[in-house]
Amino acid sequence: MNRNLNWTRRAAAGIASIAVFGSALSAQDELPSREEMWAIIQKQQEQINALLERVDTTEVKIVETEQAIEVTADQVESTASFVEGYVASGSAQAGAGAIGRTNLGGYGELHYNFGKADSADFHRWVLFLDHAFNENVRFVSEVELEHSIAGAGKVGEIELEQAYVEFDLNDTDTAKAGLFLLPIGILNETHEPATFYGVERNNVEKNIIPTTWWEGGLAYRHTNDAGWAFDAAAHTGLFTPTSGSKAFNIRSGRQKVGSAEASDGALTTRVTYSGTPGLQLGLSAQYQADIAQSTLSERIDATLVSAHADYQRGGFGLRALYARWDIGGAAPGVTGADEQFGYYIEPSYRFETEAGDVGFFARYSVYDNYAGSASNTEDAFFDIGMNYWPIENVVFKWDVQFTDYADSSKDEEIINIGVGYHF
Amino acid sequence: MNTFAQIRIALVLSLALAYSAFGDTPDEDVYLAPDAFISESFDDSPPKPSVLWVTNELKPQIQKILGHDYPALRIRYWAQQSRSAWILEEIGKVKPITVGIVVEDGKIVRLKVLIYRESHGWEVKHSFFTDQFIEAELTEKLRLSKNIDGISGATLSVNALKRLGGLALYLHQQVQP
Repeated sequence: MNRNLNWTRRAAAGIASIAVFGSALSAQDELPSREEMWAIIQKQQEQINALLERVDTTEVKIVETEQAIEVTADQVESTASFVEGYVASGSAQAGAGAIGRTNLGGYGELHYNFGKADSADFHRWVLFLDHAFNENVRFVSEVELEHSIAGAGKVGEIELEQAYVEFDLNDTDTAKAGLFLLPIGILNETHEPATFYGVERNNVEKNIIPTTWWEGGLAYRHTNDAGWAFDAAAHTGLFTPTSGSKAFNIRSGRQKVGSAEASDGALTTRVTYSGTPGLQLGLSAQYQADIAQSTLSERIDATLVSAHADYQRGGFGLRALYARWDIGGAAPGVTGADEQFGYYIEPSYRFETEAGDVGFFARYSVYDNYAGSASNTEDAFFDIGMNYWPIENVVFKWDVQFTDYADSSKDEEIINIGVGYHF
Repeated sequence: MNTFAQIRIALVLSLALAYSAFGDTPDEDVYLAPDAFISESFDDSPPKPSVLWVTNELKPQIQKILGHDYPALRIRYWAQQSRSAWILEEIGKVKPITVGIVVEDGKIVRLKVLIYRESHGWEVKHSFFTDQFIEAELTEKLRLSKNIDGISGATLSVNALKRLGGLALYLHQQVQP
């Protein structure tokens, strides 16, 4: 409206100035005639009307444009709110396309070992592939390439370490079916390189608890808000050699669920408490019906009991674990494999620096796969070293291992250097 | 077959024992709808949401806290006087964790895991863990002023929550007059 008034004022001023100009001219001889003057005024009036019309049209357009901007802004706002709400409510997980519901992750570690023999090994390259079918049902898998190269006659292998479907029954109970990591010890379920000290995994959770250890079957978990978790799993069993140097060796008994002998299964239960931040206590028990899978005339049943504590307070950390096998039947007793045990204790200290975190650790570990024999078959290790995390997903490791084998001719000092990552 | 029958019986018995010993105590705060979190955080009368654009000015600091850019152009928040509430997301191991954080006078006064999608690290959902964040402030180096003790086996989820705690404190500073 203001614009309209301005234009009217300008037009009036124009007319007034023309009138003044006209009266000034009247004093001169060349004054236009009245008819000519009338024609000029009419022409000017036409121009004023045309201008006023253009002003009106422009104003209508401006109002329309303002309305369009307002509507567009509303739409942008509501779209953004919808997207934000969609993400915040987790609908993206259930409603988005397959790509949005599928997640990739992975980890890997390269090791250098300098002892009696020197070696370099890209020990593990692992890829996680998870897919959420909906909010409560998901698929979890993990594929590992060990020792960098696999194939006939090669040192490495490709392994499917996890592949299961998990169902959330409610907020506290889950069930899973498929191939999964057994709930035993500290490292078996969580072994990304940046989460533990030492280039190589400890020997107890390698030779007594044969980490990484997976089996096929069914598992159930109940947790509560006080920090207790209860796991129970029924799954395929071990099938150890029954003769030779590896007779009744636990680590050699993993079938890795590859066309596995399944006539005799196993049951694993675990209870953990982590209701105090920084502390986890765990107790696992496993019963194997026959680790010879009915290939001997006697039943070789076996029981594993394992307890662990993992404590972190400020920079201080302490991990301790004990595990023991009692193996039935007469055959394992011949070599002393009827009892196998191991333990370790690992204090550590981690602190922040400008360039990332640094941690130091020491570990004393002992294990014995022939503890039932009369002779000394116990191997002990002392490790000391450091981890450096430039960022939390990447770790550089360095440690020295002093060995104390039952057979002292095998003793050596090993320097280990490694780098690991996860994402 | 006998073995599996025995295993099944043992499984059922052990579960029954676990239930009878400790009972079923669902934690109502575990999965809290974002709307309910905001409502609760302002005594059931939440202010209208506001929007903070992730401008080029904020990006370097956010990157320093998270280790990467925040995956959104703008972040919605709710503010009333010296209190602000944020709903933020960060990847734990492979999946995003949705967390609600309330900041008042530069300190975290409430932190709740609203949606947890990882199959491990369930402990971080619970108040025995998240209560550690209360009273935490942001240091000049953009770190939390309090030590947060971790959870064994849930390091990645714990770290994700620590990053989000720092981010909420930083964003709060940006919207306070």
